Order: sequence, then structure tokens, then C-alpha cells
Amino acid sequence: MELRKSYFADERKEDLHEVGQPRPRSDALGHVTGSTTFFADRNIPGLLHLKMVRSPHHHARILSVDTSEAVKHPGVVRIVTATDVPHNIYTILTLIQIGPEDEPVLATGKVRWKGEAIVAVLAETERAAQEAAAKVHIDYEVLPAVFSIEEALKPGAPLVNEYHPGNYYHYDSGECRKVRYGDVAEGFRQADHVLEQTYSSSPIEHAATETTGCIVVPERNERFTCYTNTQAMFFTLDNTSIILQMPGHKLHFVGGTVGGGFGGKVDVIVEPIAILSAKLTGRPVSFIYSRHEEMQVSSTRAAEKVVIKDGVMKDGRIVARQVSCYTDAGAYSRHSPYGAQKGAGHFPGPYTIPNVWADCYCVYTNRTPSSAMRGFGVTIADFALEVQMDKLARLIGMDPLEFRFVNAYRDGDIKAHRQATEGAALIEVMQEASRAANWPVADKFYAMSSYKKEP
Amino acid sequence: MSKVPIHFTLNGSEMSEFVEGGATLLSALRDKIGDLSPKGGCHQGTCGACSVIIDGELRLSCLTLAETCNGVDIKTTSGLAKNGVLHPLQRAFADAFATQCGFCTPGMMMASKVLLDHNPNPTREEVVEAISGNICRCTGYEPIIQAVLIAVRANTVNVA
Amino acid sequence: MSLTLQTFSTVGEASAALKAAGARYLGGGTFVVRDANEGDLSFSTVVRTTDPSLSAIAVSRSEVRIGASATMAAVARHRDLGFLAKVANAIGAPAIRNMATVGGNLFAGSPYGDFTVALLALDARVSVADAGTPGVELPLGVFLAERDSFHAGKIATAVTFEMPEKDEFRFLKVSRVKPRGVAVVSIAAVLKEDRNVISSARIAFGCMADRPVRAKAVEAALAGRQRTKEGIEPALAAALEGMSPITDAIASAWYRAEVLPVHLGRLLLA
Repeated sequence: MELRKSYFADERKEDLHEVGQPRPRSDALGHVTGSTTFFADRNIPGLLHLKMVRSPHHHARILSVDTSEAVKHPGVVRIVTATDVPHNIYTILTLIQIGPEDEPVLATGKVRWKGEAIVAVLAETERAAQEAAAKVHIDYEVLPAVFSIEEALKPGAPLVNEYHPGNYYHYDSGECRKVRYGDVAEGFRQADHVLEQTYSSSPIEHAATETTGCIVVPERNERFTCYTNTQAMFFTLDNTSIILQMPGHKLHFVGGTVGGGFGGKVDVIVEPIAILSAKLTGRPVSFIYSRHEEMQVSSTRAAEKVVIKDGVMKDGRIVARQVSCYTDAGAYSRHSPYGAQKGAGHFPGPYTIPNVWADCYCVYTNRTPSSAMRGFGVTIADFALEVQMDKLARLIGMDPLEFRFVNAYRDGDIKAHRQATEGAALIEVMQEASRAANWPVADKFYAMSSYKKEP
Repeated sequence: MSKVPIHFTLNGSEMSEFVEGGATLLSALRDKIGDLSPKGGCHQGTCGACSVIIDGELRLSCLTLAETCNGVDIKTTSGLAKNGVLHPLQRAFADAFATQCGFCTPGMMMASKVLLDHNPNPTREEVVEAISGNICRCTGYEPIIQAVLIAVRANTVNVA
Repeated sequence: MSLTLQTFSTVGEASAALKAAGARYLGGGTFVVRDANEGDLSFSTVVRTTDPSLSAIAVSRSEVRIGASATMAAVARHRDLGFLAKVANAIGAPAIRNMATVGGNLFAGSPYGDFTVALLALDARVSVADAGTPGVELPLGVFLAERDSFHAGKIATAVTFEMPEKDEFRFLKVSRVKPRGVAVVSIAAVLKEDRNVISSARIAFGCMADRPVRAKAVEAALAGRQRTKEGIEPALAAALEGMSPITDAIASAWYRAEVLPVHLGRLLLA
């Protein structure tokens, strides 16, 4: 490993002992001996297995739920339905004051996506739980569903979620998060070329090798110990406390090593129901997603649609950028209103552009609710932005790397949301990339700096 | 519920247990015997995290019924180190950053060990083929391939 | 109820046990145990036999007989079945190949069943045991049409086929994941040629229906044609006749239909 110390040399601290040195991972020896403890690496006597009954329909009214046959199945200890959940609202973003609380923990009245949880079956063995789950009879009235951003936003489209009229999240700023800087219409008029392109992405599943899950043990002191692979320990504890109307000090969460997260284990999904089940039965409970559930039920990276319209000059300057970005939240909000907002904060990308207009929508469809994944809100935006940059460079006949130098932001530049740029390093990164990839650019670009004034 | 007897050698020790009818070898190892090193990632035979070595052959314990294993010789990752001394593969994986979350690692160890037992000097292509049944979502595989090739070169004596 | 495993030393006893309701035959376990793990409640008993004759592989100059319990790994390392090694090694991954059996592959639904695709092109026959009746030998095509009713007592015990002449057998499995992945399409061909003119062809496809199928229209269009780009054009044009490619997580029917003629052409001209 090499450190390029010539960049930012006057700002660099040379008294660092750890940063810049290779160090062994503290958990490597546990991993290679198979002794690292993942949440499921424990044997607990009397464990009950939870199998969730899920909606087979994308959108349907629940007319009736009949668990009478299932509850009599050999090995079944308890069946948990929506009425058992003290506060049957899945709160997630309420903890940071973002409402509304639009999702039930266990569905009642309606299901809005295929795989939505309705009834939890608890049994002595996994197979008994599976057999009993097959005996839960639910009557549905199937409703029309929407599966894409375009379909969802059409006038008269079926309503996915009653909290979100028009199938989009209502921000305090209106139908979307908005960035308005300068005058894009004027910018387009002045531009030598205008290019509008649409970019789309599909939902992506994290597919960590370890599936989502937890094991809950009721302790003698009325506390519950929850061994979980959540990436969001305190978020999960606080949410569980609200859902179960249980003081936080009664919950003891034990986490640590996650068998791959990538944002797929931040949704507080299995712990509340598992802890409730342990409380109702007085027994330890295991709720672990099967591989099928992990792929189809657990949240994904949101599908997105990004429309970028740019006005560019012959000399390479982008003078106006207008973005409409649509995030497919699926049937419920989870983190998506925040993700769409992050996108708004990210446009127009690390470039200084005098006229910027961004509209970022959070849209609802009858798909698996999407959530966090590796830079969510920003990653797909960057894909769209950078492909657009390449297309613009090609359009005006400029080298794509040089094109980015021309537009790169620098310290002090005012960004589209009126914050001054600080700590910019794009120029230096591109200078090094140019050298490392043997992709030379004109001399003047090697002389540029993110923070030093030009002589 | 039926109780079926099973007996096999695990990492050199004789094991006898009773399991539920139809129990997989994975659950017998983890839930009955307490060897937690093989992991359950998919229970479909597609991820390789449950890999074990039976009579010298790589097998998937999630797809193997425990009752079919009477009298066999089973090796798992927890038996690789001898008296605290790491197997060269374990040393190489740890040193070469070939493990991040660690969940695929026991399975990768098993697949690599079987390769080196049969082919002490594999090519890179042979290493790739050997781990082609093990999914890793963290490392991008390259550090793992390098770790196996490093272990080949290490030439440390540790007879497993 | 847990799952009950019944083990028998003879095929006849296993076949009799298989007639009970809720019983399913266990080969290598790569499908049956997977199904049980995934909550398939349609069976509660699993029947297997340890009869060693089912694992035997016999190769003579003219005929090959592979026992249904022979694993893909055993086929791949058999010194007289070099031409089939490519097929066996295309199945699954190393651990799967140590477990998956030739017999199990006969029952695989698309997108699986690549070994059966090869057997179909080899015009294989399947030996079937059925307790209380004499065993029968069925052409593989007939077996495939009737296999859905097989769990009720019948056991495939072996496959037999004529050893192809050198270089007659061709096989290609197309997958997105390297080095191995589930098939987008798989193609097997046995071509008899005389001075670059195809005298007869047997072609089988995987993933172009819910199970492996023969491509009769392609076979007819190849007869008497030169094995050149121009010569095989009619055969490629006929590739999709009678086919209903599947859509699954691996690929859509549309995609499979698009790429099949391309890969068929490459295989025929190789």
C-alpha cells in the first residue's frame, strides 16, 4: 500500500502511528478458525421457531384471518397476530422526527406488497411451524397494483398507501425535495448544447451470505436478551421499545458480528415480533429469514429513475443542470424519504454549476419496500451523473477526464444548496487517477488545486 | 417425535448423538454436537457456507441428512488448527485480508483444504474452480484466491 | 411431524416403500433435502437404497451403462467417459458434484437438468424398477414425458446409451456466472458427418421448456447439410420451433430465445 503524500502536503499531519499502516483485523483469527460468534451461533434449550405467514398478493384487502386450524397443529405453542402487537406501527424514522408512521408491524385490513407479514406461527420445530403456517387461512380481495414509478404517478393510479395520496411522499416542501439555484431556463438558453437523458436502475438485493435474524431469550429479571445481526443496534432497541410499549431498560441487545450487512440489516424487522413472541410464550424464540425471504422479502436498494437535462458550452463548462429523480420506495416509507432527500443534497454532483434545479421524489409502488444499501440516495444518482458527464464530453468532443476537471468543485465554491464547498479533493483524486491509469490530461489540469488560489 | 441415532468421527473424535428424523448434518453439527463452524447461509446448497469434508470429499452439510453419515469421517473448520497452531490456509487468510464479515470463511477454508489435499500446487484457475461453490459478498474473491496461493507457497508443515 | 428416512439395501424394497403416500426418493439430496429445507410439505418420508449396483459405471466399446446413483464427480473422473466430463463438470460446483446423481438429474426441472440434456442427445434409455413388476427400459424422451408420476413407486436405476464415435458429441452450457452458474441455455448434440456433410443429428436443449427436449425441427433441417455457416442457417432459423423457453431469475424467455440460435450456431461450427 502506498500513500501519495505530495497531495495536500501543507495540510498533512506526519505524526500518525496507525493511519497508513497495515494492521490485522481484530476478528480475523476468529473468522479463520470458525469461532467468531454470529447471532445464531448459540444453543438454547426450549427454543421456539417463528415462521411468518406472508401475503401472496401484491395488493389486497384482508377479509378474514382464520388461525383456528393452525393453532391446533402438533407442536404449535402460540400464534401472534396484529391485535397482539401493543403499538402495531413500524416507526423507524419517527426517531428522527420524520413521519408519517405508515407501516404496520403485522398487516391488518390490507396488504400492500407480496411478502408482507401478517401472522407469526411459533412452534417447537421449524417443520411444525411450516406445517402450521400452511394451515392459516386468509381470505383476500385482490386489488389492482402498480409496479413502476411511471405507473404509480399516472393520474387515477391505484393508491398504494393511504398515507401518501398520489403515491408520493409529501415533504414540507411539497411533492418533492427541491433545490433551486440560479435560473436554469436562462442557462439552457445561453448554452451551446442541451442534452437530456433518462437513467434507470432496478432494485438490488444485498444478498449477504448470512440472512437477517435474531434469537430472543427471556431472562428471569423480566428483561429480554436479543441476539441479533442488526446493523442498527440502538435504532432497533428504541423502535422495539415503542412497538412493544416496553421501557428500553427491559431490552438487552447483543450484536457485534454481522455476516454481511451492506444496509440490508437496518430495517428493525425481526426483533420486535421475536421479542413479543418471547414475552407471550415465556420461551426463547428464533426468527431467522430463509434464503427465499432474504431475497424477496428483505428490503432492497430502491429502483430509481433519474432524468438529467444539462446545458453545456463548447469550452466544457456546464452552465445549467436540471434533475428529476424518482426513488421507488416500494409499499412503505422505511428510509426512502430520507434517501430521496440525500439525493437532493447530492445533486448536481461534485461540480460547480451556476444554475441548478433538482426535484427529488419518493414514490410508492406495490413492490418490496426498499431501504438502505451502500450509499443509498447517492449511489444511483452518481451512476446517472457520471454517465451523463461522459455523454456531455463526447457531445462537445472533449476528453471525459478533462471535462470533469473543467467543472470540478473547489473549496469556497457555493454549492446549489447554498453551502460553501469545504475539503474538496476531486481535482487531486483525478490527477492521481490520471497518473495511475496512464490516462494523461493537459498540463494545466495537473497544476489545478482544490484549495490553493491560482497564481 | 422420532429420535434417530447417529455416530461418526468428527475432527478425529468419535461422536454419538440422537437427532430428529430428517435432521440435516448441518443442524446435527451445530445444534446437537455444538460445532458452530459450519454456517447456514441458504439451506439450498448454493452458498457453500455449510461446507464440510466427509471421507476426504467436499460436501454440503445443509443438504446431507445426518442419518446417512453413520461411520464416516467428518472434518470441519473448527478442527483445522492443531493445538493452537493455525493451518497454513488459516494463517494466509488472516494475513491476506481474505476474510471480512467472516461468514463465508469456514466454507472457503473447507473448499481450499480439499483442493490442497488433492492438488498441492494448484494453478490460479484451479483455485477459482475449487471455490466456485462458495459465495462471498464482501471481499470480491481476489484476496481469497491470493490467500490460497500464498498458503501453497508457505510450505509450512501442519498435517491436518 | 419430522421427516422419516427409510433405507433399503435393494431397489425392490425401496420401490415398494415409495408407493406409500407422502414418500419421495432420495438420490444425492440436492433437490429433495433442498425442498424439505424450503418448507415443501408434500412429502414426509424419504426413501433411499444403498444397493451398490446403482453406483456402477460400465463402459464397453459400444455401450455405456451408468447407474442412477453414480455422482457427477464419479462420471467426471471415469477414465473411459472423457467426453462426458465436460457435462458432469458443468453441474453445480465441486461439493454439489460429489453429491448430485445421474438419476437425480433425470428428474430436474428447468433450468437444471444439463446432464439429462446430454443424455437426450445421446439417445439414452432409462431402466426403471417398479416393485412387483418386471423392470422396463424406456427411451429417455418417453421417461421425461412420464416422470411426473414417478414418485409413486418407480425408481430409475440406470441410463444406457451407445458410445458415440470420437468427436461426434458436443455440449455447451451457457451461464452468466463464471466459472459455473445455472444455465441460461444448454445444448447437446451428436452429429454424424461424412466429409463435412451432416448425415444425421440429434440435438437437445435445456431451458427451452420445463424439462430437456429434443430439437426435432433443427435435426431435420441439418440432415444432408454442410457443416458451414451457410449450411446450418436453416437449422438456426428452426431453433425455436416447438420451444417454450422459461422465464426465471436467471433469464427471461425472450432472452433465452434470442441467444439460443447464436449459441447453437457456435456449437455446431466449433
